[in-house]
Amino acid sequence: MTTAPAPSPVVVRGLGKSFGETVALDDVTLEVRAGELFGLVGPDGGGKTTLFRVLTTLLVPDRGSATVLGRDAATDLWEIRARVGYMPGRFSLYPDLSVEENLRFFASVFGTTLERGYELIAPIYRQIEPFKDRRAGQLSGGMKQKLALSCALVHRPELLLLDEPTTGVDAVSRREFWDLLDALQAGGLTIVVSTPYMDEADRCGRVALMQRGRVLAIDEPGAIGARFPRPLHAVHGTPRHALIQALRAFPHAASVQPFGDVLHYSDARPAVAPAALEDELRAWLAPRGIGEFAMEPIAPGIEDAFMELMGSSAGSAP
Amino acid sequence: MSIAIDAHELTRRFGSFTAVDRISVQVAQGEVFGFLGANGAGKTTAIKMLIGLLAPTAGTARVAGHDVATEADEVRRRIGYMSQRFSLYDDLTARENITLYGGIYGLRDAEIRARGDRLLGELGLADVADVLVGTLPLGWKQKLAFSVAMLHEPAIVFLDEPTGGVDPVTRRQFWEMIYAAAARGTTVFVTTHYMDEAEYCDRLSIMVDGRIAAMGTPKALKAEFGAPTLDEVFVRLARPAAAAGG
Repeated sequence: MTTAPAPSPVVVRGLGKSFGETVALDDVTLEVRAGELFGLVGPDGGGKTTLFRVLTTLLVPDRGSATVLGRDAATDLWEIRARVGYMPGRFSLYPDLSVEENLRFFASVFGTTLERGYELIAPIYRQIEPFKDRRAGQLSGGMKQKLALSCALVHRPELLLLDEPTTGVDAVSRREFWDLLDALQAGGLTIVVSTPYMDEADRCGRVALMQRGRVLAIDEPGAIGARFPRPLHAVHGTPRHALIQALRAFPHAASVQPFGDVLHYSDARPAVAPAALEDELRAWLAPRGIGEFAMEPIAPGIEDAFMELMGSSAGSAP
Repeated sequence: MSIAIDAHELTRRFGSFTAVDRISVQVAQGEVFGFLGANGAGKTTAIKMLIGLLAPTAGTARVAGHDVATEADEVRRRIGYMSQRFSLYDDLTARENITLYGGIYGLRDAEIRARGDRLLGELGLADVADVLVGTLPLGWKQKLAFSVAMLHEPAIVFLDEPTGGVDPVTRRQFWEMIYAAAARGTTVFVTTHYMDEAEYCDRLSIMVDGRIAAMGTPKALKAEFGAPTLDEVFVRLARPAAAAGG
């Protein structure tokens, strides 16, 4: 170990890729530092999968460059493939092979053995080892996911790339999966993980917000939330749908978004005092059928910032 | 208030495995009901029974006034269904999908045209009506799929993870469509892995290992479990099952 900063495992500069008229990546520039748990956060069609396919040498970009572990992703494919672990978004194991056969197969492809890779995968693999003779196609969703992660790790990669590992996965299994990633990161592995779930961004060291092939922002999750340009308030009230409509109709409303059991409200006026705003809103809402009403200032999160950035960038939804 | 879904001790076994274990649930007409559960808890099997695609092993369910086991055709005629996995044909345009589904639902051509035009206008999709659905962003597709599932004005619509992978703005627009449908009297039966969306339901149930482990309004469930969020309620109920390999 040296104290000099390690070279960044992923360096992407001005990356562009189109499929026909669809622009999948539009001038994407980002860098993932050694040992980082880095998130690519954004909805479907954001460009996350295309970026992974470039980083794993499966796709050659139209423009720009991608350097992975010091190698050019467009030309040094064999070296990169041997040193990177990749878990694609779709289940990509052999359903007719058993759990153990899948692992042995992936180990052999990379010129190693299950035994040599065992130490790294043990914390994950032990959870599915009781089912090692079961065919992979017959595992539950959570177990498939753990097997796929084990297969991506069995050759002891230096960089782990995970494309939407938690999409369609329930809230409990998602939490447990992120606990596994924390443990792998603590062991020194660099991890790049994509997700459409905004709440998962908070578990990354840094994230890139992606939308329609473009990077909207790169920063620590808290710092991205702080980019929200106006004071934000959590508003409680019932009936809920009437409250949304009434707040949207308020002449000074800048944004009104439901967030679970509250609404997030921001005001278009730059310097309105919270107490004055509360009085004004109470007066506005009372004749509009909102019986209960309360509000308090809150810190904007990454989802607030994302929606704000979406609105200010060119391609928001109709 | 009339009952749209009335399941009593509904059960489905596959060999020695009980996927759905004596669930009983009543959903009122016009209610937005969240059907939550961990992966593998039995949600999809339960939904398949409620929409008449899978016969119950035991128990009964009446959906839109008809028995799912003996009057499955009547049930299917009165419901709409969309899922993330199967909704629209990517190789057809938006308008062609509407025409196709309108025909399947037995609407007349003039009706299909009129409803189709209105629908495309409401969704802001008139400009891309003749574009292949496969090239539309997922969020647009899902809104279109919801509208297509509502084309025959069903009494009940079943939505299986309709917002997975959809951006946060479109996700919220989708829920406004759900509210609007409920306000017109349609019953909405919806599954989701987004816990903030669970809060938008009038009532919800949480399935664990084939059984309904909890049911109530979001507020009542949080009070019952003394938890600040539904996420916390969900984790407490589902963690034992997840720890066992689910």
